[in-house]
Amino acid sequence: MENNRPERENLLEIRDLAVEYHTDEAVIYAVNHIDLTIKKGETIGLVGETGAGKTSIARSILRILPVPPAKIISGEIFCDGADLLKLSEREMRKIRGNKIAMIFQDPMTALNPIETVGFQIAETIKQHNSISHVEANKRACDMLETVGIPMGRFKDFPHQFSGGMKQRVVIAMALACNPGLLLADEPTTALDVTIQAQVLEMMQSLREKFETSVVLITHDLGVVSEFCDSVAVVYAGEIVERGTAEDIFDRANHPYTLGLFGSLPKLDATENRLKPIKGLMPDPTNLPEGCWFYDRCPRARACCSTSSPGEVEIASGHTVKCFFAQGD
Amino acid sequence: MATLLEVRDLKKYFKTNGGMLHAVDGINFSLEEGKTLGVVGESGCGKSTLGRTILHLLDPTDGRIFFDGKDITNPGRSEMHRLREEMQIIFQDPYSSLDPRKSVSEAIMEPLKIQGRLSKDAMIAETRMLMDTVGLATRFENTYPHELDGGRRQRIGIARALSLTPKFIVCDEPVSALDVSIQAQIINLMLDLQEERGLAYMFVTHDLSIVKYISDDIMVMYLGQMVEKASADELFRDTRHPYTKALLSAIPVPDIHNKTKRILLHGEITSPINPEPGCRFMARCRYAAEECSQMQTLEECSPGHFVACCRYKEIE
Repeated sequence: MENNRPERENLLEIRDLAVEYHTDEAVIYAVNHIDLTIKKGETIGLVGETGAGKTSIARSILRILPVPPAKIISGEIFCDGADLLKLSEREMRKIRGNKIAMIFQDPMTALNPIETVGFQIAETIKQHNSISHVEANKRACDMLETVGIPMGRFKDFPHQFSGGMKQRVVIAMALACNPGLLLADEPTTALDVTIQAQVLEMMQSLREKFETSVVLITHDLGVVSEFCDSVAVVYAGEIVERGTAEDIFDRANHPYTLGLFGSLPKLDATENRLKPIKGLMPDPTNLPEGCWFYDRCPRARACCSTSSPGEVEIASGHTVKCFFAQGD
Repeated sequence: MATLLEVRDLKKYFKTNGGMLHAVDGINFSLEEGKTLGVVGESGCGKSTLGRTILHLLDPTDGRIFFDGKDITNPGRSEMHRLREEMQIIFQDPYSSLDPRKSVSEAIMEPLKIQGRLSKDAMIAETRMLMDTVGLATRFENTYPHELDGGRRQRIGIARALSLTPKFIVCDEPVSALDVSIQAQIINLMLDLQEERGLAYMFVTHDLSIVKYISDDIMVMYLGQMVEKASADELFRDTRHPYTKALLSAIPVPDIHNKTKRILLHGEITSPINPEPGCRFMARCRYAAEECSQMQTLEECSPGHFVACCRYKEIE
């Protein structure tokens, strides 16, 4: 079905992005020269483990990295023809929350505890639209209803809401200005499964309603399979595999992606041991020569320890960073 | 197999400003040697409190606990000291459950020191052996928790729990703070240890795919009560309670073709403070009827499969 659609326009184009964190002791290489294109209406899952650089990528797009210690070393991020990394802070403020919005992982800390939720949603709306107080409040009310919170709770404070409800408020804030791109950083990780199901279902329908592109950052391949039409697998600050959901779930090729699937307990499993990936992710302050997955890779050969593999396109749109992506 | 642990009508209430919070409310189960009981439920359902009450990290409000045939509901100080050798816990968060000022070997040696049976040299040898058992290289002996990653820290937690050769370990979400690839390493380690040492686990988690993988029996809790209990296979194959059904259907499966219909629950978990006598799931249940406001009893719907729902026969 994907193939029948006309080629979609690019919404956001990341080229050669590199982010480093400079601390007193060391330099952490968090994002290492990645390229990523997000099309209009696309939902892309950024999958990877803690410290892989997923959040740094998202934060670079909005330019909300903690600077210092963070430092964008190189790269361009094009959105609507403008390079976001070159915009002034003033111009950037017009984009944040308006064209590009973000949902943070922890709804408990993403909200201001001393303002009502209604005020916080209306604040975003007023920031980006020249409309009256009353009008903004009305739109904030509508947003609350859209995310399934009764209007009557407009004047409630965050602590009066449960975790799932708080995440709904955060989503309402993020979507209040109808952004073209939504960066969702582990939006359901802090929630219970039944609440996660509610929130995902709601995000699904809102995405269709507002025609928003979504970058979903998660470590949960289950959530990705429910929600995303394409996937980028991030490892040690690099995208090691990229493709449609079908490419990744049916024809995964990179040994790391395969390892991730192998580590998951399956509900219909009959074998009595999991197949973990041995070892650990390399220390981001001291990345080794060659392929960064070398130590942990069942496919590794001598050449992998000395030179780092480039991206290979093994099928249209399905790229893998591995010397042996196509067999020998 | 002999029954190792038996819990009868266990209750743990907490006094709050709003009234009594029924964290654990009348739980019954027994666990055999070398077996694993998985306890699942959402946050606030009382699963961790249950584990801690059994270990007497919290004092039970009511009910009885039997361990190895002995009533341990109200142990004296010295009896408790001895019991700690038999029953241990692995905590959820390897970041906060370790003393930041103790090195790896000090942390693992601590229980042995308290036990006070071994000489210093024997303790050092034992510590090295434990580190080897849980897969920590001896070069980490003198490192401190902050220098290690989550998986290694959790290995310290496991080594500590194992140090006194217990028979029973409460595993309170031992892998939920870890990444998937590390999670699999730790789970395999726990399964190996169980096989070698005949450990019984009570595995508390909210992750249903893990619980199916590791457990013999699974107990599903909702607001302090057991709503369903069955063998792991049966619970997934022949789910009876409407809450369990919704819970299982909510697990995101990493497979894009095999999409089961999700049962969406409306609303959220209700308050555990002064709950009404009837079914606690009633407010969110789509099968709720008048008889649900009566007290629910646990019924055995097939051998070993218990369900606390008065309408389980009518709903399919």
